[in-house]
Parts: sequence; C-alpha cells; structure tokens
Amino acid sequence: MSDGARHNGDHGNSPSEEAALSARLKRLGERLGRQTHRPVDKDASASTASDPSAMARGFRLSTELVAGVLVGAALGWLLDRWLGISPWGLIVFLLLGFAAGVLNVMRAAGVNTGSYRPPD
Amino acid sequence: MGDPIHQFQLKHFFTLGHIGPYEIVFTNSSLFMLLALVLTAALMLIPTRRRSLVPSRAQSVAEISYEFVANTIRSTAGKEGMKFFPLVFTIFMFVLAVNLLGLLPYGFTVTSHIIVTVALALLVFFTVIIYGFWKNGLRFFKLFVPSGIPIYILPLIVFIEVLSFLSRPISHSVRLFANMLAGHITLKVFAGFIIMLGALGFPWAAGSVLPLLLVVALTALELLVAFLQAYVFAILTCIYLNDAIHPGH
Repeated sequence: MSDGARHNGDHGNSPSEEAALSARLKRLGERLGRQTHRPVDKDASASTASDPSAMARGFRLSTELVAGVLVGAALGWLLDRWLGISPWGLIVFLLLGFAAGVLNVMRAAGVNTGSYRPPD
Repeated sequence: MGDPIHQFQLKHFFTLGHIGPYEIVFTNSSLFMLLALVLTAALMLIPTRRRSLVPSRAQSVAEISYEFVANTIRSTAGKEGMKFFPLVFTIFMFVLAVNLLGLLPYGFTVTSHIIVTVALALLVFFTVIIYGFWKNGLRFFKLFVPSGIPIYILPLIVFIEVLSFLSRPISHSVRLFANMLAGHITLKVFAGFIIMLGALGFPWAAGSVLPLLLVVALTALELLVAFLQAYVFAILTCIYLNDAIHPGH
C-alpha cells in the first residue's frame, strides 16, 4: 500500500490521473491513520494487554509456575549428584525454583513489582 | 479406533541416511512439517507475485498476517524488535500451519510432540542469549541483577532470576505441546463415545447425538486453540527477544 503507483488497471495512465490517484491515496492514508493509530514507539514490557483471552492467560500462568519449580528441582538434583551434597541441593533449589515460578507468574500476570522493576 | 494416543504415533516412511549412530528417518511428522512449509510458502509467494492496490482475497490474507505479526512485535519488543520479524513471522506461520493441519481428518499434529516444541523454544532461547551478549556484552547480565535491591538479598534474587530465565524454554514449549496433545486426546475420546453408544443398538444409539454435538463444539474450540497457541508462542518469543534488546530493566 506504500507506493501508490502500483495498480493493475489496464487503462492508460496519464500523469494527471496518476497525480490525482496519489493525492486520493494520501487523503485515504491520513483518514486511516487517524482511525487506527498503532502504538509504534511504545516499548511495552507488560504482556497483559496483548493476551487475547482469559483461557490463554490461565494456561500461561500455570505453566510458568510449574516450569520454575521443575527447573529448580532439576538443577538441585544435578548439583546433588555432582557435588555429593544430597539432599541439600534439591531442598534449596526446589525452594528457589518455587520462588522463580512465582516471579514468573507475577511477571506474566503483569503485576507491578514495585521499585524493583522500574519502567524504562 | 478406541486408542486416543494412537494418533500421535510416528510412522516411518523411508530412511534418509545416517548421522553417526542415528538414523535419519522421514516420518509422517516430517511429511506434515513439509506440507506446512509448502502451504505457508504458497500463501505468501503466490499472491505477492502479482501485487495490486486493491488486494485479491489471497493477497489480503498475506497482508493481514504480515500486519498482525508486525503489530505484535512493535507492541511487545518496540521498533528495534522488527529486525527479528523474519524469525517471529516464520515461527508464527509454521506453528499456525502445523496446528491447523493437525485438525484435518487423518492429519498429524506435529506440535503434539514435545521434541518439536522444545526445539522451537530452544531456538528462541539461544537466539536471545547469543544476540543479548553480542549486542550488550556483559551488560546482558543486568537482566539478572534488578536495580534498587538491597545488597544483602541480592545473591538470592540473582539465583531466582537465573532460575526464572532458565525456566523459560520449558514453559514456552510445554504450553504449546500440552494444549495440542490434550485437545486432540479430548476430541478422540469424545468421538469414541459416539461409536460406543451407536454400537449399543436401538434405544441407546439415540444418545450418541450428545457426544456428536460436543465433538462439533470441541472442534471449533480446537480451531481457536490452534490459532491462540501459535499467537501465544509468537508473543512470548517477542517478549523474550525484548529482554535481549533492552536488558537492564
């Protein structure tokens, strides 16, 4: 839609016709631009506005929590095996993973985490 | 019939070759990936060969999908995110095409195999890490060190942030995989009820209308889920890429 000259009409185009067409296109573009202003320069970090439905959000939040706990448990288990500190690695990292999961959920839900994450 | 898991079985068509001890096999999964690729390429290339100011139906589909993904990227990752447009658009169109193909009768849902979604999620994960370090250098670590935190709980927070970062590919991939798997199993189970009730004979067979209605409704829901999950996958890709572009939040 950016270049107005490209259209596949089969009638001959005189220059004045072209000019009239591009002027018309420009007016249309202005009208369209007024109606659908898109947030071009916005660096949005919150995802809440763009999530299309409540169901998708629900799925997203639940997997975020589970993923955090799983990663914590996996890391703790590996540390136990490598360092031979069983069961402390699992205990500590499971708790850390739970905290990370909660953090994930809060971020995904777009909860404002206070002074902790200032907007850029 | 009857076994709702049977639809996810891989069928070996032919062997392409060997890499080390691994056999590279062309399966029905590969076939449907290839089909998705061909369909997407056709959707994008054929209408845009003859562009017109007033778009044809196919051209407007191509334009709408471009605008849709471009707006998603602009609103989540900002203008700089547009350099990742090819990646995000490819991921979105691939996942969408594969999800929709899986809904066809005799179709195979590629995204119902976790290995596929994990591969896609890891691709995004490593893109974020590599681009983040390449663009920001060591400032990329600021992602794990939030500002305004008292020094005595900082080590704890850094651990939690690192775990949160590492958990991303898991939640990213499991969501798509679990949605597709669960949806298709549900469909199959309720379709099985129709047959079972129908086989019971005269008075009970009339009851098979109920699961039939449910299957119709579920198919519509699955259509929505197929689109929604492709969209969610793409939008999460954008959010993660946003961290690589602007780390020091």
